[in-house]
Amino acid sequence: MTVAASSPPTQAGPDRPRVSASLQGVAYGDRFFKILLTIAALLIPILLAFLLWELWAGSRLAMSKFGFDFIRTSIWDPVAEKFGAFPLIFGTLLSSFLALLIAVPLSLGVAVYLTEFAPKFLRQPVAFVIGLLAAIPSVVYGLWGIFVLIPMLRKTVFPALRAVLGFLPFFHGPIYGPSMLSASVILAIMVMPYVMSVSREVLLAVPNSQREAALGLGATRWEAVITAVVPYARSGIVGAIILGLGRALGETMAVTMLIGNRHEISASLFAPGYTMAAVIANEFSEAATDMHFSALTYVALVLFVLTVLVNAGARLLIWRVARGSAVGSKAL
Amino acid sequence: MNRRVLRRVASNVMVGLMIVAVILAVLPLLLILLNLVAKGASSLSWDFFTKMPAPAGESGGGVANAIVGTLIIVGAASLIGIPVGVGAGIYCAEYPGSRLTWLTRFVADVLNGTPSIVVGVFAWTWIVAHQKHFSALAGSVALAMLMIPMVMRTTEEMIKLVPNSLREAALALGYPRWRTSLAVVVRTTMPGIVTGTLLAVARIAGETAPLLFTALGSQYLSFRLNQPMAALPLTVFTYATGPYEEWHRYAWAAALVLIFVVLVLGVGARLAIGRSQLSSG
Repeated sequence: MTVAASSPPTQAGPDRPRVSASLQGVAYGDRFFKILLTIAALLIPILLAFLLWELWAGSRLAMSKFGFDFIRTSIWDPVAEKFGAFPLIFGTLLSSFLALLIAVPLSLGVAVYLTEFAPKFLRQPVAFVIGLLAAIPSVVYGLWGIFVLIPMLRKTVFPALRAVLGFLPFFHGPIYGPSMLSASVILAIMVMPYVMSVSREVLLAVPNSQREAALGLGATRWEAVITAVVPYARSGIVGAIILGLGRALGETMAVTMLIGNRHEISASLFAPGYTMAAVIANEFSEAATDMHFSALTYVALVLFVLTVLVNAGARLLIWRVARGSAVGSKAL
Repeated sequence: MNRRVLRRVASNVMVGLMIVAVILAVLPLLLILLNLVAKGASSLSWDFFTKMPAPAGESGGGVANAIVGTLIIVGAASLIGIPVGVGAGIYCAEYPGSRLTWLTRFVADVLNGTPSIVVGVFAWTWIVAHQKHFSALAGSVALAMLMIPMVMRTTEEMIKLVPNSLREAALALGYPRWRTSLAVVVRTTMPGIVTGTLLAVARIAGETAPLLFTALGSQYLSFRLNQPMAALPLTVFTYATGPYEEWHRYAWAAALVLIFVVLVLGVGARLAIGRSQLSSG
């Protein structure tokens, strides 16, 4: 359209009708092109709205019967059609929290090392290799977790934890293989590449003058990082962590395979638990009653709302550091 | 003087801890790859790729149906997801001021963070619940939904790298806008878009959760999109959580095949992106 409008007015004379017809063709072409693109772009919000509506419609049955008690009560009995999702929500939050507890120090250490200390030739390859961790399918993590990680943890780490910290209720009681702690460890491994790569990008965006000023005042390199670089990137790093939290909350397969799948809240981290994603994965294809389906869809809705809130918060924080550029979305 | 030494020591200790963190971070990848090869490679054989699964408890057989199923499901998902993703990406890059661009970008970010199992539930309530039976198509739709935001964002970012002067040159030569977009802008960024798309394909090829109650999995070879279909990730899941020793070996082998495909797609795409960015910068 702009072309048609800005063409020089030289088409006077006998040629005129033909040329303007071809220009009109151009205008139609442009319009058609724009319509096609608009449809594609519109489809995405429509899909999301549709998704929300389907989840809401699907969970209406459970919503009207249980209301808010759904997220407060703990009995999950498909036979008696009584559903309370509190242990699931608790398990989701606890496993994600533990995963972050393990993953955050590690990934921040790696990110800081790669941006500030590592020799040049190491930076790209190490980031690349850790990025590959993000490419491994969740079900492969689950497989590895069942047959390698759990036996390993059970033989070495768990007994050691119980011996040293056994006086705490968290590390008390019998050691099961599939447990809250095993699931958290695998989650930590899975979340780490995300936190690492986003916080690395945020650290790379810190201007060099920040470092130079600190070094110029006589700080050691570590002091420069901790006093001048990290504080500057603080909100971006927090954003990276929350983004990792969003990943951990919705992670399904590996957790389903490692957490033990028991609708109970236990103080001991060695005991099995359950998460929202895992219960959907396990029970959805076997649900027999409408109420059971509805309750599972309700769980999906709660999970969806939770992750949207978490991700929105993360993005706001990341945008504050790297305004406009899609730092976060590239890493996802 | 003493304090200075102390500060230097503290600095070195922290760097040492960070190196430990790097080793701990890289270790799982090495372990996983080593274990996959050690436990999976021995079960790989010609039969593994060409035969149907043996009945439970019996030995022999293969996962041919799952390999074919994954190809079909991922192929159908790509057919749905790539045009929408690329189209939306071009829209957002070419009409940056529009309100729809803002909305689409925002929603794509939301979708990107949506757990894949939730998308699976959506595909179930939308398609499976109405059809009253499980179908591979529902699985493809779920995978396409996971794919669209990824493809869209890479397309948009790649197109944004195109200098405006290139657009202006094409327009000045009398190209209409649509031809400028397609023949000049998109064509310049084609390698980037292709690699971004490959990355997205690699990501969804390993997805299991959205297929659990859409494609469901199947013991048989099936080419029909409206029927249940086997898929490699589903095979890994069922075999890994099953009771038989034999199944576990097959789970490792299937996982090895899966990760080989995913890594080849992923590494190839990443290397290509690195190269195209170098050449354009």
